[in-house]
Amino acid sequence: MLLFTLQKAGSPEDAIAAAQAGARYIAGGTTLIDLMREEVERPERLVDINALPLKDIRVEGEDLVFGALARMSEIAAHPDVLRLQPLVAESLIEGASPQLRNMASIGGNLLQRVRCPYFRMHDAACNKRQPGSGCTALDGLNGGHAILGTSEQCVATHPSDVAVAFVALDATMRVRGPDGERSFPVEELFRLPGDTPHLEHTLLPGELILEVRVPGGAHARQARYLKVRDRASYEFALVSAAAALEIEDGVIRTVRIACGGVGTKPWRMRACEQALIGRPPDRANLEAAAKLALEGTRPLAHNHYKIELLPRTIARALEMAGELA
Amino acid sequence: MAVTPAVGTISAAAQDSSTMTDTLRISVNGTPHELTPDPRQSLLDVLRETLDLTGTKKGCNQGACGACTVLVDGKRVVSCLTLAAMHDGAEITTIEGLAKGGELHPLQTAFIEHDGLQCGFCTPGQIMSGVACIAEGHAGSPEEIRFWMSGNICRCGAYPGIVAAITDAAERA
Repeated sequence: MLLFTLQKAGSPEDAIAAAQAGARYIAGGTTLIDLMREEVERPERLVDINALPLKDIRVEGEDLVFGALARMSEIAAHPDVLRLQPLVAESLIEGASPQLRNMASIGGNLLQRVRCPYFRMHDAACNKRQPGSGCTALDGLNGGHAILGTSEQCVATHPSDVAVAFVALDATMRVRGPDGERSFPVEELFRLPGDTPHLEHTLLPGELILEVRVPGGAHARQARYLKVRDRASYEFALVSAAAALEIEDGVIRTVRIACGGVGTKPWRMRACEQALIGRPPDRANLEAAAKLALEGTRPLAHNHYKIELLPRTIARALEMAGELA
Repeated sequence: MAVTPAVGTISAAAQDSSTMTDTLRISVNGTPHELTPDPRQSLLDVLRETLDLTGTKKGCNQGACGACTVLVDGKRVVSCLTLAAMHDGAEITTIEGLAKGGELHPLQTAFIEHDGLQCGFCTPGQIMSGVACIAEGHAGSPEEIRFWMSGNICRCGAYPGIVAAITDAAERA
């Protein structure tokens, strides 16, 4: 590991000042330390933000608010989360391992780096690691890579599960930077790779995530996360789907769908949602709507299977959500 | 008690005082320590190299295998993916801290009784993770144990014995 300095922030102001002077934030460290050891990440300064008062998990009306430093395991086990946002809890439990969930913060989860093997392989070209060097995955082993939102420069999927749940549920996040605070949808945190895959999120220099707010409602209480993967647990998604449903008088009144494992960012499936409003949640309707997720997909040499798997995963996740009624 | 950090990892950093962190006070298996780790030292490296507690194993060193699992303030973590300097005030429990007065922890006994190991390299991590798995209330069935122990890899494939040992110890707990 290359040399770096480590300082501890006592307040958000301290942390932001350190970041303005070039420090990187560190909370759980599960992504950053791993990549620093590989010298993929090379920060010269770290600022430990774990002492900041950003650990609360609270209910406001039916909304849940997670401090950025709340750990994955704490949110997943919280009684109000299980009651009001079962999808959030399920997506968290389906991610990582028990040890990593005890360590990783919810803010850091959203900012985790991609798991494309070439990203951490110094003898392979990677535009994320070294802009302009090329993308080995494009013609390499790309079975796990994205079919939506890709570019000639990058085809890596965003690895987070809970980010998929947040995008489905219209979660917002509040951040503070040198020029004050702002809030925006979690969906807008993520950038498409385009010609600049090394730029992954829309945070401004020095901005610190304060909290994530997930709006509640009937659909949020009837929501499931289905993660399809090569192992039953502790594996990244090949395809995943977050589905939230509100059914009234036998027809779908509210529906939210987002998918993981297929996009270069968590992918909201708005065309599928539109097609389901006012329809009975029967298998034929769910399957027909799920097929709309394929619009704009661009499979690579080894991930054609995702074209079949994606609509099936969406339809099954919707069925699972419907079974909660 | 002052302990000198591992030679080699500290030498370069020592030339630049700004890379030194404050004193780190941690309790390991009930014994307090005052250390001045190199910022780059993981908790795992401090346990093994500075404190000579080599029961905790370094497997993948990238958070994937679970061999380095220890309890920090009662919660299981992979000690390879966390900087020691970020744990001031923490209470750490390692495999060396489980036996009491020469008497093995019930889960250690269960691992022996159920052949929960072959080569033994992953075993300290399996047992620390298993202790937490039982304490969390995630050891109610073999299926539940397999899911909640998935962060601990056993390349010998001793999983049936591991699951049986945790099941047994959970029933006796």
